[in-house]
Amino acid sequence: MIRPTLQFLAPATVERVIDEAIALLQDPGVQVHAERALRLLGDHGAQVDREARVARIPALLVQRALDSAPKSFLLYDAAGRSAVHYGNNDVHFDPGSAAIEIIDYGATTSRAPLTADTVRYVKLADSLDAIDAISTALVCADVPQAAADLYRLFLVLLYGRKPIITGAFAVDTWHVMKDMLVAVRGSEAALADRPLAVFDVCPSPPLLWSEITCENLMDCARYRIPAELVSMPLTGATGPATLLGAVVQHAAENLSGIVIHQLSEPGAPIIWGGSPAAFDMRTGTTPMGAVETMMIDCAYAQVGKQLGLPTHAYLCMSDAKLVDAQCGLESGIGATLGALAGINMISGPGMLDFESCFSLEKLVIDAEIIGMAKRLIDGIAERETPIALDLIRQVGHAGKFLSTPHTRRWFRQELYIPSQVIDRDFRRGWEAKGSKDIVQRAHERAEALIAAYEPKDLPADVVRELEAITLRALQRAGMDQLPARPFDSTEEKTDE
Amino acid sequence: MNDQLLNALAHAVISGEPEQAALLARQALDAGAEPLAVVENTLSPAMDEVGRRYEEGDYFIPDLVLAGEAMKAAMAVLGPALAERRQARAALGTVVIGTVAGDIHEIGKSLVATMLEAAGFVVHDLGVDVPAETFVAKAREVDADVVGLSALLTTTMRNQQVVIEALKEAGLRDRLKVIIGGAPASPEWAARIGADAYAEHASEAVEVLRALLGGA
Repeated sequence: MIRPTLQFLAPATVERVIDEAIALLQDPGVQVHAERALRLLGDHGAQVDREARVARIPALLVQRALDSAPKSFLLYDAAGRSAVHYGNNDVHFDPGSAAIEIIDYGATTSRAPLTADTVRYVKLADSLDAIDAISTALVCADVPQAAADLYRLFLVLLYGRKPIITGAFAVDTWHVMKDMLVAVRGSEAALADRPLAVFDVCPSPPLLWSEITCENLMDCARYRIPAELVSMPLTGATGPATLLGAVVQHAAENLSGIVIHQLSEPGAPIIWGGSPAAFDMRTGTTPMGAVETMMIDCAYAQVGKQLGLPTHAYLCMSDAKLVDAQCGLESGIGATLGALAGINMISGPGMLDFESCFSLEKLVIDAEIIGMAKRLIDGIAERETPIALDLIRQVGHAGKFLSTPHTRRWFRQELYIPSQVIDRDFRRGWEAKGSKDIVQRAHERAEALIAAYEPKDLPADVVRELEAITLRALQRAGMDQLPARPFDSTEEKTDE
Repeated sequence: MNDQLLNALAHAVISGEPEQAALLARQALDAGAEPLAVVENTLSPAMDEVGRRYEEGDYFIPDLVLAGEAMKAAMAVLGPALAERRQARAALGTVVIGTVAGDIHEIGKSLVATMLEAAGFVVHDLGVDVPAETFVAKAREVDADVVGLSALLTTTMRNQQVVIEALKEAGLRDRLKVIIGGAPASPEWAARIGADAYAEHASEAVEVLRALLGGA
């Protein structure tokens, strides 16, 4: 069976991209604003200019890092079961990350998300089968910003069962978040053995590692917590205007990250990811729904695959402000292209407005897009031999295929059967159900799934430890108690 | 009577296994089950469950069709036993059904026929491209309670009206109910051509006819 795939670059072009990226790491080199990393690079043969904080990385170091970086690894769910395989052309989806706004059903203006919104989001993401991992998608405004990164992880750990995609906003909060993951797994060794969360680390274009991201990157390596490199050139603004030029810069930034990471801990899991965008030359925005953004994503993923690395991209997103037709078309095209490109983790479902605003209704609609995209890449299988010769002869001109065992045997495997969010009713049936559009149907499904959510069976002592870790961090940030959470049996357990 | 056996029979119908259903119906009779009780307390509730699962989205059209086949297979075993005891399954009514002249679309009509049969109607399926006079002749022959007319095309839906007119001319129209269905049909169309009822899909057809005949 042919697995449908999509490639934008000829093999020789991929090689040229890699060659130019490696050459860029030698001249002009990469800026590194973390002393620890500069020392590490210098100790291993990079030419370091302390004053300019620039490291010129020799090709040999890059090759050694690529040799030691794992080609694939597993991510485990809260219960410790393997749930996501980063590698090959396996495709998974998780919601987009770190929205500072949420838009309610029926609203035209967005607002800052609160604890209750994040809890509802996690319950929904946990309930949607199409979603393979839960991102820390909302930044809560009811806690101090200095603790906002760890607080969202706290809520995901309390309510979510799936593997987690997250990231820290500071050097010290990374350690608090690591402690939370250890509290759930039981020990640092157990966490390294069965990773529960991936941390995004974002170099600044062009060719700069800030102290925060560089420290996060090295800490991930040290504890063998998977790191996802998120290089983000903007075409014609913070990177070359040509799509392929952006792919070169992306490769150089990511390769420098892999060198720092693998020097810290050879063999630690790392992902070739990114969030580039085709800079909008009229408005100066960073459209995630632009077709060129998607093309750069697929092209850099192809480079990552050539290097033998697990891949990630931000797709299935929209720049629309509402859940509307633009939202559907941009998300649908992105998810489809990303799936065809075989990207291991596609982040974006639920996200609007240049990845700044979350919608629960969009997440529900995107789950249907994902269902279709995953079906698409399953391809067309040769189920029986002969394909249909015997069957069609046997049924003959009567044409009653509906009552054949053949139909029942295969239809569920051959068809992606959508939820009621996708309308395939006769017009009259659609009218009888209230003539609802997709947003209304998605809203109803979101509310039904949230209402049906079963509380997570997290041991009471783990809940208490997570609360204690979070409370200490909130207190350091100037807040003296945890925000109230919606009542459920998770709360009851804490009172035992 | 062996509850396990009857549960297995219900399961065979719900999961659409005709051979298994026939076998279990035979075993139930051999074990001394009353055929009428089997129909009323096991098979009918099983078909209701099938309809419920379809309505709730768990079941799909092939599941409905195969459950109907399993029901028919069980009835083929139980029917002679009912006749022997001079019992009759309390038939809900006799239906003559077909796709009207000029139209060869079969699936919707066959689904309705299967579901009606499974629900306890006696169904005479005339097939597709059925001339008006054939509907009239069959309705007269079997003393039909219902004539069901299917059409998928806007060009053939007018033949639903032709059949109704033919039933009037034959003097049968007042003695039976006419139900119509098919993609272009609608409740409004039913009213316009003088049909008694319209149904959107197979399980609605069962409900509509139950109500229509129950009230008669």
